[in-house]
Amino acid sequence: MSDKQFNPRILGFLCNWCCYAAADAAGISRFQYPPNLRTIRVMCTGRVDPSFVLRGFIEGADAIFTGG
Amino acid sequence: MLTNADFLALAGEPGKFQAKINMRPRYIDADACTACGLCTQYCPKHQVDDYNEGLALTRPIHIDYAQAVPATYYIDPASCLHLQHDTCQICVPVCQSHAINFKQQPEERILEVGAVILSPGFGKIDTKVLEKFSYGKHPDVVTAFEYERMTTASGPFMGEIKCFSDGRHPRSMAFIQCVGSRDIGCNNGYCSSVCCMYAIKEALVTKEHDPEVDITIYYMDIRTQGKDFDAARERAEAIGIKFVRARVAGVTPWDKSLKLTYSTFDGQHKFVSHDLVVLSVGLESPKDAAKISQLTGVALNKYDFCATETFQPLQTSREGIIVAGAFQGPKDIPESVTQSSGAAALAAAVLRDQRGKGVVLKTYPDEQQVTPDDEVRVGVFVCHCGINISSVVDVADVAKYAGGMEGVTYYTESLYSCSQDAQEVLKQKIKEHKLNRVVIAACSPRTHEPLFQETLKDAGLNRNLFEMVNIRDQCSWVHANEPAAATDKSRDLVRMAVAKARHIQPLAEQTVPVTPRALILGGGVAGMTAALTLADQGYPSVLVEQGAQIGGNLQNLNYTLAGDQVAQHLKGLVDRIKKSKEIEVITNAELLQTAGFVGNFSSIIESGKGKTKKEQTVDHGVIVVATGGHEHRPDKYLLGQSKKVMTQMEFEKQLTGRAKNRAPGSIVMIQCAGSRGDDLSYCSKVCCNHALKNILKVKAINPDSQIIVLYRDMRAYGMAEDAYLEARKMGVVFIPYEVDRKPEVSQKSHQVQVSFFDSIMQEEVIMAPDLVVLSVGIVPDGTEKLSKLLKLPVTANNFFLEAHVKLRPVEMAVSGVYVCGLAHGPKPVDETIVQAQAAAAKAAIPLVKGFVTVDPIISCVDQDQCIGCGLCTSLCPYGAIEMKKVDKKRKAETITASCKACGICASHCPTFAISMGGFTNEQLISQIEAFGDRPKDMVEVA
Repeated sequence: MSDKQFNPRILGFLCNWCCYAAADAAGISRFQYPPNLRTIRVMCTGRVDPSFVLRGFIEGADAIFTGG
Repeated sequence: MLTNADFLALAGEPGKFQAKINMRPRYIDADACTACGLCTQYCPKHQVDDYNEGLALTRPIHIDYAQAVPATYYIDPASCLHLQHDTCQICVPVCQSHAINFKQQPEERILEVGAVILSPGFGKIDTKVLEKFSYGKHPDVVTAFEYERMTTASGPFMGEIKCFSDGRHPRSMAFIQCVGSRDIGCNNGYCSSVCCMYAIKEALVTKEHDPEVDITIYYMDIRTQGKDFDAARERAEAIGIKFVRARVAGVTPWDKSLKLTYSTFDGQHKFVSHDLVVLSVGLESPKDAAKISQLTGVALNKYDFCATETFQPLQTSREGIIVAGAFQGPKDIPESVTQSSGAAALAAAVLRDQRGKGVVLKTYPDEQQVTPDDEVRVGVFVCHCGINISSVVDVADVAKYAGGMEGVTYYTESLYSCSQDAQEVLKQKIKEHKLNRVVIAACSPRTHEPLFQETLKDAGLNRNLFEMVNIRDQCSWVHANEPAAATDKSRDLVRMAVAKARHIQPLAEQTVPVTPRALILGGGVAGMTAALTLADQGYPSVLVEQGAQIGGNLQNLNYTLAGDQVAQHLKGLVDRIKKSKEIEVITNAELLQTAGFVGNFSSIIESGKGKTKKEQTVDHGVIVVATGGHEHRPDKYLLGQSKKVMTQMEFEKQLTGRAKNRAPGSIVMIQCAGSRGDDLSYCSKVCCNHALKNILKVKAINPDSQIIVLYRDMRAYGMAEDAYLEARKMGVVFIPYEVDRKPEVSQKSHQVQVSFFDSIMQEEVIMAPDLVVLSVGIVPDGTEKLSKLLKLPVTANNFFLEAHVKLRPVEMAVSGVYVCGLAHGPKPVDETIVQAQAAAAKAAIPLVKGFVTVDPIISCVDQDQCIGCGLCTSLCPYGAIEMKKVDKKRKAETITASCKACGICASHCPTFAISMGGFTNEQLISQIEAFGDRPKDMVEVA
């Protein structure tokens, strides 16, 4: 293990109606959280094809976040 | 929408009122304010934050809460240094969009209106009433409203629950119910209806925060009579929240904690200590109720709520003035929302002749054709949002970075990309650089996408050739202390958006015409009211009744608790239906089949019997489901076996008859017979009041009659509490029983015996009354069949499940279908009428518009790829995909007007035959690829 702190790259799929809205609300309330997440907005997490998750890992994501 | 305004006077008559309004100055130009919040940060003066129940501080220039509408700040003149002392004005130069305007003056306006809706909400219980619980004397006694703010994650303590006295986390907590309601000591005899449920909710939330905390709710009756509310109480008990039936006499400070003194049913006096005490305060009439009454002329009831009648629950004493919400009586969110829709329907009837007048249609230039073969020309606009984004994110760097991406032909920065002049620039740049895709990196698409899409349309570009990147709400605001990382994140998000934008194609706008007619299933009070409400607005309906005549359960009711003569009102409704030219009634009828979608349904109705039996097809745009319910007759307590045992409804009939001994000398009533964990798991809401209604009738006929009521919780919610009190004053004995110790009814020669455990005397009692009356529950009609025919979801108890309990209480998930009455859940007549009016209001929306607009981001099936497996049809929650025969093969097809764009079909299709407009596989995968496609030099930055 190196001394360097693990700094994961996380890909998130956020439902427009709930999690994406909640992420907006977090901003409005100025909650601070680590900048490791990159998000893709979908109209419902039902849209998330399992292959998107695998594709995310192939593209180098250390974790996939699904919020819906 | 006029906020910060006071209602001063009302003149005129229904259809032609003049309302005088005083617009208080906001001192902020609402159009210019971007709600960035910088002004609040710089304002040097503190003031108590009323929104947070005084538990936090805010500044004179502020917004009450993040989701406030309009999302515009305002200045409280009572504490602003400039407005009070002519100093300061720090906010003026701070505001980047120059929105602050101290020159604003109060302005009086006269509004010409046809109808008035009163919805001032509820008031607060006087703190004097709370003093006996040491409120104001000890900091660890709080009201439930204060506690709500304390538990809220977005509240002043971020949801961390602490005692104010010393900051410790409470180990033991008490909720005291009925503070300021069911209390004639403070002249609030009524029940506030909502406190039991909110106390349970707050207790559950507390347990989520800290499972170790010990919580006790002290109550008289737990009144969770709403739909599925009992389940919440059971959940609370299951996780260890204690319920103690006791009236708390007082709370006194005791060492570091608080001492509660109370007495229980069995006559014991007890005291116990708690760290934190929450007072479940009731809902008071609005504090300016008397003034509203004086200004408008509407009558108030004895508790200063707006006076209304059972059969016209939203109509005030003055024509043209309608009431909605807690001013009509304490109520919860679903009922308030339902009432507001019902009020809108009544107002729409008054205004029907004005409908559509004054409408100006906007025109757009012809849409520029964009085909997949055209060169992709993306324009990227990165917003500073004043300093909201640019104080954290290096906007210039992000814009320049975007400029280097494939397909990007233009990039720029803007100070406020949502401002009016920025829209002009956007239009101009689209034309100048022949842009055919626009990416805006700014705030949230949830709030600003429509604005930019409108500009695209103005520029002759299809509105879907647009992608938004959220680098404010989800970047600069949440990574305020990490500018490098926030810039890096912005670059990534812009890169992903541009990658997606390269694959975006224009989507056709679709509108579907609407058949202006409603199909109403069920001819009870709900169906009749819905039909009449639609007719009052000018829309025809076909009312389908299964029985030989319309009227439903009203035919079995004779009087109400408020003293209404039901038959008279029923006759009035039936007469109006018969006279109405808009309503066609089909009796002895049932729905066989429905095809189509919102705006374009076609149903086959079978009617008549024997030789007169026939089928007819009805075309209609919407469906109102009002199939009702009926009394559940439990096979218990000798019901149906002994003439001395009957249901409340049968007893009501007997009481209105002429039989000499119709109100016998001794009666035992058993509440919850077959309900709440018995045959039926739920509470039927109406039975307690039904019992009270019959009790008062008995007492009017035979004052000497001795009545004992065996109950679990007397749910005489709202104003019915008065009747409960009256019954007790008349000597009626109410004895609670536990669910595991139910009363028993048996036959002993010619007598009927009731044996029960008397929790007051603590002993087993056997009685032989003249009559046993059972309060039985309600079961829904038609839900099983219709749920299959119309693909409507039902609850575990077989009632129809509305689209959203609070936000869409009368709509079903399937577009164009609305629900009201007992088929939705047990409820009394007045609530049924309001719900039917609300359903009619919602059903009228597509009828008024005349067309249904379909958001083009819906699903689309490539029928060449479709293998007809039907997986999508079975998974679609909205019934929006159907299987069709195309060239003798089974193929899926989207019903565009019903699709809600969730994409479940697309993610499950085994052959990738379904694509979602704006969210195609190609677009999303290119976005994922762009996520991984980071230039090497950036990896280290993260």
